[in-house]
Amino acid sequence: MMTSQEKLEAILSRYEGAPADLISVLHDIQEEFNYLPQEELKIVAGRLGVPLTQVYSVATFYKGFSLEPRGIHHVQVCQGTTCHLHGATRLQEGVARRLGIEPDHTTPDGQFSLEKVKCVGKCGVAPVLAVDQDYFGEVGVDTLAKIIKTYRKPK
Amino acid sequence: MAKIEFPLVTRHLGAIDPESVEAYTAVGGYASLKRALMEMTPEAVLEAVEKSGLRGRGGGGFPTGRKWRFCREAPGEMKYIICNGSEGDPGAFLDRAVMEGDPHAIVEGMAIGAYAIGARQGFIYVGHEYPLAATRLRRAIAQAKNQGFLGEKILGRPFSFNIQVRRGAGAYVCGEETSLIAFIQGNIGEPRTRPPYPPQKGLWDQPTVINNVETWANIPVIIDKGGDWFAAIGTKTSKGTKVFSLAGRVKNPGLVEVPMGTPLRQIIFDLGGGLKKDREFKALITSGPGGGVLPKQFLDVPVDFESFQEAGGNLGSGSMVVMDEACCMVDVARYFLNFSFEESCGKCTPCREGTKHLREILTEITKGNGKEEHFTLMEELCATMAGASLCGLGQSAVNPLLSTLKYFREEYEAHIREKKCPALVCRPLLKYTVDPDTCTGCLVCLRECQVGAITGDVEEPQEIDQDLCVKCGMCYAVCKFDAVKVES
Repeated sequence: MMTSQEKLEAILSRYEGAPADLISVLHDIQEEFNYLPQEELKIVAGRLGVPLTQVYSVATFYKGFSLEPRGIHHVQVCQGTTCHLHGATRLQEGVARRLGIEPDHTTPDGQFSLEKVKCVGKCGVAPVLAVDQDYFGEVGVDTLAKIIKTYRKPK
Repeated sequence: MAKIEFPLVTRHLGAIDPESVEAYTAVGGYASLKRALMEMTPEAVLEAVEKSGLRGRGGGGFPTGRKWRFCREAPGEMKYIICNGSEGDPGAFLDRAVMEGDPHAIVEGMAIGAYAIGARQGFIYVGHEYPLAATRLRRAIAQAKNQGFLGEKILGRPFSFNIQVRRGAGAYVCGEETSLIAFIQGNIGEPRTRPPYPPQKGLWDQPTVINNVETWANIPVIIDKGGDWFAAIGTKTSKGTKVFSLAGRVKNPGLVEVPMGTPLRQIIFDLGGGLKKDREFKALITSGPGGGVLPKQFLDVPVDFESFQEAGGNLGSGSMVVMDEACCMVDVARYFLNFSFEESCGKCTPCREGTKHLREILTEITKGNGKEEHFTLMEELCATMAGASLCGLGQSAVNPLLSTLKYFREEYEAHIREKKCPALVCRPLLKYTVDPDTCTGCLVCLRECQVGAITGDVEEPQEIDQDLCVKCGMCYAVCKFDAVKVES
């Protein structure tokens, strides 16, 4: 088991350590840690020679980064135009209700986080819902429970 | 799926294994790069692209050859090229399809471009939502390097070129070229004033060419078949083909690639199979949040840069979302303004404040709180934003609103004057009831209702308490017997 510091070192070793590497480094941290932990960001700032305020600015400007831990499963509800025309709002509300959280939040047990995304480019099967890397098309409010259940860890 | 009519850019999609360089070379891949490097001078490559008449497929329609020449002739120690694979417009998925399905075509196109321009380093920006595209492009680059199509002294010639993939982090504004440059430099994606344009002063202040995925994917074809061959396809001012991602209320959604100048009707009805449930065509949303909405009188318009612009649409990203009579135009305008509001970077006031206020006004209208003076107010705000915003996001964010106001003013009037949504979309203006004759009392709606507005016994007709109802439409969506009725 690698410590978080070793994990971070492994990430930083892939880059030259230039300020322009910042976004790529943040991507890798997010992938490894599931969010951007504050301590790691401080180290990154020092090593890339970027002020911490700048790191914070970048980390909060882009929607793909999260300063809060995300759930084990990340649920994305597509809000693209075609999905919108096919009831994406209703779908998103249905998911929120079943998970008991609003978008951009994580369930208290850490299992699920929910995000509204712009368009996943699968407009042919709108409305679309993604759990991690799995995509579900033509999702109705009535089929939601079944999808979520397959990812929920038994108590 | 929709039919591809004239496959150039999409010629390899689904036909070859996108993860294999051998599969790409087996169908003639990298032959154009070989020809360019072995038989042509950079100037000859540039001339071929100029002669082809290829214009940028990312939105602006700027002649690609001219952009390349500006960059080639601009003074600068280093020159860069960038492939813009942001494709942020909701409803567009053609760039994703090419990045995932034919990544080597992009790599080859960029290598040819780098040779013509004199660039040694390239970047591919891939939108945050497209992880698979980034993986496949990275693999393609590694394979191309192995085969000697990228790297030092490519094919033994005194030409070196490398490409890095940069995955987006979720900001629509990064599709704008100066924001994209800021992103690659590791900053927040805020645009800057132009000029200087990127071919003069781009990445790290060096001359930089930015073309989108579809543009780069056209390059190997042009070198293979020649500029004249390419220029013979299409219309007088728009050459070659255009790929569209056809979606919305259309029977066969998917990618279509047609010669420029093909009438809209042919795309929607012949290739797309017409509308779902054979409903009436109402309008076409072109090019997402920065595009306009075209009503049915434009169905016979040929798709090319000029005709589209004249009609009030935008060829732009190539997304086409078809709407039928069940789509509300006020809701669509509100949807797009909300999108632009959320994606505005906040740097310039007209865009930041304009999108905010337009979104608020439109939301009020969809709630039935619209006023007559909103018409003038919206038009004034639109004029300011279009004229004074720093980049394309703010300048074009007004297009969905202006075009719907122009062609569907009566729908706005219905919302404002009669407090009705004719398409039965805007929630606050709707009323849900249960038809007691059709209702079986299965209680599915009762269980789904989050506010407890539905009451009734098993196998008895249900009733909706109008004071409690929040009009979310869940009952309507889950009823298997069409017993829930909606009216405005």
